Amino acid sequence: MNNAEERADVVIIGAGASGAAAAWSLAETRMRIVCLEQGDWMNPLAYPSTTREWESRGFGEFGISPNRRGRITDYPINDTNSPIAIANFNGVGGGTILYAAHFPRFHPSDFRVKSCDGVADDWPIDYETLAPYYDENDRMMGVSGLAGDPAYPPKPAIMKPVPLGRAGTALGKGFNKLGWHWWPSDTTVATEVYDGRDGCINLGHCSSGCAQGAKASTDITYWPHAIRAGVELRTRARVSEIKVDENDMATGVVYFDEEGVERFQPAEVVMVACNGVGTPRLLLNSVSSRFPEGLANRSGLVGKNLMFHPYASIQGIFDEQLDGSHGPGVCIWSQEFYETDLSRGHVRGFTYEINRGRGPVSTAMTGTFSGRIPWGESHHEAYRRMSERMTGMVAICEDLPEESNTVTIDDELVDSNGIPCPKIDYTLSENSKNMLDFSIARATEVLREAGAHDIISEAPIAGGGWHLMGTARMGTDPDLSVVNEWGRSHDVRNLFVVDGSLFVTSAGVNPTRTIGALALYVADSMKKRLATLFD
Amino acid sequence: MTNSTITTDQFDPGLLETLVALLDTMIPENSLYGAPSAGDEAIVEDVIKSMTGNSKVAIIELLKELNSNSEIAFHEMSVGKRRTRFEQFETTNGRQLRVLSSLLLQCYYRADKVLESLGMDARPPYPLGNTVEEGDWTLLEPVKSRGKIYRDV
Repeated sequence: MNNAEERADVVIIGAGASGAAAAWSLAETRMRIVCLEQGDWMNPLAYPSTTREWESRGFGEFGISPNRRGRITDYPINDTNSPIAIANFNGVGGGTILYAAHFPRFHPSDFRVKSCDGVADDWPIDYETLAPYYDENDRMMGVSGLAGDPAYPPKPAIMKPVPLGRAGTALGKGFNKLGWHWWPSDTTVATEVYDGRDGCINLGHCSSGCAQGAKASTDITYWPHAIRAGVELRTRARVSEIKVDENDMATGVVYFDEEGVERFQPAEVVMVACNGVGTPRLLLNSVSSRFPEGLANRSGLVGKNLMFHPYASIQGIFDEQLDGSHGPGVCIWSQEFYETDLSRGHVRGFTYEINRGRGPVSTAMTGTFSGRIPWGESHHEAYRRMSERMTGMVAICEDLPEESNTVTIDDELVDSNGIPCPKIDYTLSENSKNMLDFSIARATEVLREAGAHDIISEAPIAGGGWHLMGTARMGTDPDLSVVNEWGRSHDVRNLFVVDGSLFVTSAGVNPTRTIGALALYVADSMKKRLATLFD
Repeated sequence: MTNSTITTDQFDPGLLETLVALLDTMIPENSLYGAPSAGDEAIVEDVIKSMTGNSKVAIIELLKELNSNSEIAFHEMSVGKRRTRFEQFETTNGRQLRVLSSLLLQCYYRADKVLESLGMDARPPYPLGNTVEEGDWTLLEPVKSRGKIYRDV
């Protein structure tokens, strides 16, 4: 192919949570590593919290839906056949640019779902295998928290937790009245100066990017270290296809540069880090005579077993003034209902992630569109009954893998480079519906005990497809998994996957901490096998 | 606020007066709280400036619809009649009204006068940041004393 670049030892596709971690880890090998990222570097001074329109910009150009955001660096996704729409971000840092920085680990039981509860599958690795990589990822990202959480095996806390504030204090009292677990959330919000990042100043808008640089996104954590160590990061480079030879070995990737020129990046190793929708999209678009159903898809499982976390939102309105939009959105969590108890009407469980409060616009919209704030003379009084008086939580419900929940290639939709785009087909299971209902009922109890006089709930959160998992699952059996127990494709021995699509099960927690740890684990597995990597 | 001095080449003057009257009806001035009307000139300017192509078309159609089926235009009605007309209109055109409602709430609740009436600082969060109370960490004592709850495998 014309426009061929100099050969790389490793080409990584995607510069988000997993691609950044893998790049940094592999850099010590002194191999030539090139990362191709379809988006741009972010400018923290352009984040919404630097402007008066900070809430509005969080709905638009910094919104979580790529379809609504519609940046040139995004690709559209047909998610009309799903009750949960996809949320993501494309740029250096990936989803960590907009994530809330809620940073729980999986539990030991999350890797043994089949053994523990007779559903889904066990992972081919366990918590102990991943624990040192969790620790390493925690150091790189900088985790704030409080040691001693009884819901977890012992783990280090690097910085002090984010403040409880009025909201956390009110809800902590509510949980205590019921005798239920709660604990300060582990977060990647730096509560002090850490690795060149400033401490949090309570901007209150983590999920539109942190202008202060206190929130760990991988553009300001892993990437500066990886680049100093020699990794080349190429932005506005959108990969359309991975090429293979007659021996089923990847030869490199085809991509479009910023000018729309098609180029070829040859490489000895190809590593896919595009997460649970982008990775199957790329593999399914990489059709050849050797792989007519998509690359690395002889199992037929690429794009299947898509898992979200179905979310419920349960918010209370209080008489007392709380924190409003001040402070990190993350605050405390509860894992009282994390493990299976079949008397609850569902298998597996969920985490409550407490959300501190809302800004003035968000409060007005919630109140108006839920019928609590009318138009006309009584608008002002009704608004003031809600302003800075809301807090509550979301329930992050474990989603079980089902082959009928899929990422495929849409027949018509293409991105700005003409590359076919993903289509989502997803049905909410009865187990998930029951879990969502249960989570709303219990959260309502907590909020009432904490002093809320009115409750607003929603399930599932329609735009809440933040967590994209399971579509290139890991396992030891090539018929039942896409990659092996250390991330290498069963079918293509120099092709690796490092992102959330590896997940065998979803657990009931945010996945980013586990994605980072898995990427470090896969990279370390490669380093340990360099001489026999393709055997 | 029907005699606005706002001008825009993108809005017919009559429709502009209708828009101002409609916004004033949706959120009227409140002297008790010191809250301005949504028909305040600065807020209306922000609303118009914030309209995108699609939302502008939808809002113009909405205003035309509001003025139809009555003998006089909405902005020519008395305040009391505007309220009555709006209540009827909201019942039958709630979905179409949502685009304008969303835009209005965004513009109103970032306006200087409104934030000041709420006792909030009229500034972006960065760079000054905000203060959050540390809270009472002794509340964790009962959680600690309960002991381990995670599942062994």
